[in-house]
Amino acid sequence: MELVEAIILSVLAASTPLLIAATGELVTERSGVLNLGVEGMMIVGAACGFGGAWLTGSIFIGALFGIVAGTLMSLIFALMALGLAVNQVATGLALTILGIGLSGLIGAGFVGERLTPAAHLSIPGLTDIPLVGRVLFGEDAFVYFSIALIIAVWWFLYRTRAGLILRACGDNHVSAHALGYPVLRIRTLAVMFGGACAGLAGAYLPLAYTPFFIPGMTAGRGWIALALVVFASWRPGRLVVGAYLFGAVTILQLHAQGWGVGVPSQFMSALPYLATVIVLVLLSRARTGGSTAPAALGTVFVPDR
Amino acid sequence: MLDPTPNGLHSGEAPLLQTVGLTKRYGDFLANDCIDIDVWPKEIHALLGENGAGKSTLVKAIYGLIQPSAGEIRWQGAPIVLSGPSEARSRGIGMVFQHFSLFDNLTVAENVALGLDGKESFKDMSARLEQVSKTYGLPLDPRREVWQLSVGERQRIEIVRALMQDPKFLILDEPTAVLTPQEADQLFVVLERLKAEGRAILYISHKLEEVKRLCDTATILRGGKKIQTCNPRLETAASLARMMVGGEIKEVKSAPGRQTTIPRLVVNDLSLAPDEAHGVRLEHISFELKGGEILGIAGVAGNGQDELFAALSGERLSKDPGTVVIEGIAAGHLSITRRRKLGAAFVPEERLGHGTAPRMKLSENALLTGHAASGMVNHGFIDTAATLKTVDKATETFDVRKAKRDPEAASLSGGNLQKFIVGREILRNPAVLVVSQPTWGVDAGAAAVIRQALLDLATAGAAVLVTSQDLDELTEIADRIAVMFHGRLSEPLATRDATRERLGLLMGGSSLEPKEAAHAVGA
Repeated sequence: MELVEAIILSVLAASTPLLIAATGELVTERSGVLNLGVEGMMIVGAACGFGGAWLTGSIFIGALFGIVAGTLMSLIFALMALGLAVNQVATGLALTILGIGLSGLIGAGFVGERLTPAAHLSIPGLTDIPLVGRVLFGEDAFVYFSIALIIAVWWFLYRTRAGLILRACGDNHVSAHALGYPVLRIRTLAVMFGGACAGLAGAYLPLAYTPFFIPGMTAGRGWIALALVVFASWRPGRLVVGAYLFGAVTILQLHAQGWGVGVPSQFMSALPYLATVIVLVLLSRARTGGSTAPAALGTVFVPDR
Repeated sequence: MLDPTPNGLHSGEAPLLQTVGLTKRYGDFLANDCIDIDVWPKEIHALLGENGAGKSTLVKAIYGLIQPSAGEIRWQGAPIVLSGPSEARSRGIGMVFQHFSLFDNLTVAENVALGLDGKESFKDMSARLEQVSKTYGLPLDPRREVWQLSVGERQRIEIVRALMQDPKFLILDEPTAVLTPQEADQLFVVLERLKAEGRAILYISHKLEEVKRLCDTATILRGGKKIQTCNPRLETAASLARMMVGGEIKEVKSAPGRQTTIPRLVVNDLSLAPDEAHGVRLEHISFELKGGEILGIAGVAGNGQDELFAALSGERLSKDPGTVVIEGIAAGHLSITRRRKLGAAFVPEERLGHGTAPRMKLSENALLTGHAASGMVNHGFIDTAATLKTVDKATETFDVRKAKRDPEAASLSGGNLQKFIVGREILRNPAVLVVSQPTWGVDAGAAAVIRQALLDLATAGAAVLVTSQDLDELTEIADRIAVMFHGRLSEPLATRDATRERLGLLMGGSSLEPKEAAHAVGA
């Protein structure tokens, strides 16, 4: 019982940064922009988030620092890829390289420092229910926020006019422009949202996951978030499935290795990737036609005036 | 509502829409030079001109998509400045685009919603959409996604979307370019009705017969300038064409007594699955093309013409070699280069990116298709002199106009680049030439040169296959015409039997009476 509860808790904790970062990237890509700089925005968010919290003593302000840092990073991308119409793939990769270096510089003074991690919810009575109590009523604020975020994004994309316009920009920017929509402005906002999410996802790591900062602590999570968006075929519902599945298999294979399952550890380490890819590919087989990716994804748009 | 007096004079009042000295400059280039037009209510006003004459620039300015460099637009007599299309729409100016401004992966209703200002709920909008589409006889299913729809249905979305804003002034940019003759007739009924309701229509076209039939007034543009405003019903197609082109167009002549020889291109029961999400499946295509003969393939775009071209050129291979026979040799499994060595040559529809590499020089582009069989490569090294000679020869023979001897392909105008591409292939003396949309987007002078070249090539004994959406072009040069629909190819009709009505039926997917089809085979 104790173990099952502990596993579920660690699964949620491992999945949350992936879910937040991937949600942001999903919105960015739905607007037609491919920002490969998620890893870079996350790691800068982690460094600034830790710094903010360490200087002020507030986890909340730390999280805000992370969001602002991710947004500023994404604005560099927006300036290059949207304002100057530079190749998006190259810009995104450059952003990641910049982010890794920058985070080392910002975080150099914080290495070795420790924080009190983000508080967990505690409702007397409810949180003490065996097995589900701590899972449902004893998480930190980031976990609840990530769930609210993906629901809000789903609602925005499919139930609001602004969401429809954003999807339209991702499908065909020439048409959207011809109908009078400000494609570049909409995309800039979407890129900024993606940056804010990546920054928050990065800040989650030193503020709640492990209460200290080390350089390179995102450890490829930004890339996994990018891959999740693709394998979820740009749909919020599947993104949740993918993010939690990835987190679950990551934790379970660690436990399995601990129990001494007679499978090479390299194979076990690869399991989360394999399982996520297989499940999401099976999910996306259902669609019979049309393109799953936003049709204008990654293409440069220069309006003629 | 204003009423124009019957004799075409308008009593004292202002036109619905006027442009006064409208000028649009891109760098040194004047896309529109001081253009004045007046459009009145209850008028269908044609805007005529060749590609590059400035029609699209003018309507983009009227729709608020671009800002004029000088001059003004007057709406009901008062000058207006349009900040963007949404302002134009709110004033009552609607537009139906030539290249549809639709979103393939969104539903019909979502597409329509994007063209409106979003003041009503999605549900109310959907209900109104069904009502408008019923009222005007333009049936649409709001829940389907656009990629599932035919070209004609897509245009209906555009028209319904424009009509839902109840526009006083509607711009249509070459609406019939992609329609079958029957679909075009249905469109004309809708337009006549809109006119009767007191709306004004600005109708861009270069189909002169259509303009004479439909339009009350025509303004002709050439090289960015207004040439004249006239009553098209009092003009002849030839006089309108003269105003558009600014001179006589050379008539295309077929040499008398052209002989057909042996079959040079034979396609036997060719079926091919599509290789992309929106592609068309080719089903049981068979035809035989003899030397000295031109076979035309008509059909609305997107019915498998691109896929057929890819299968003939070798861009897509067939498992069964016997499906494509070139010069008596089974070639269905052979690569493009091997097919070229058998004497085949190919001119794809897309000039930049498919027919040529845009940023490469003409001589390099000559090499790209000529390397296999034209002696431009010597022991693996490029014979630069030979590639340049090909460019010079194509330039001379086909009157390719360019700024220097060997410019980049992208720097040529559409017509001149097409003359170069067709010339490059013809200079190889092909036994079989497969050409797709030879004069699409090409000015009338260049089109005449290209058509004449195709006829001359057939006279010299080659087999020529021409795919085109321009029925006039096919009836002008082809000996027989077949129609593609949903990946199937009809029996070819002899051109003298291929009336617009028959071709239109085939293009819409109906089959001809068995008797007629049998008659056609014998031709």
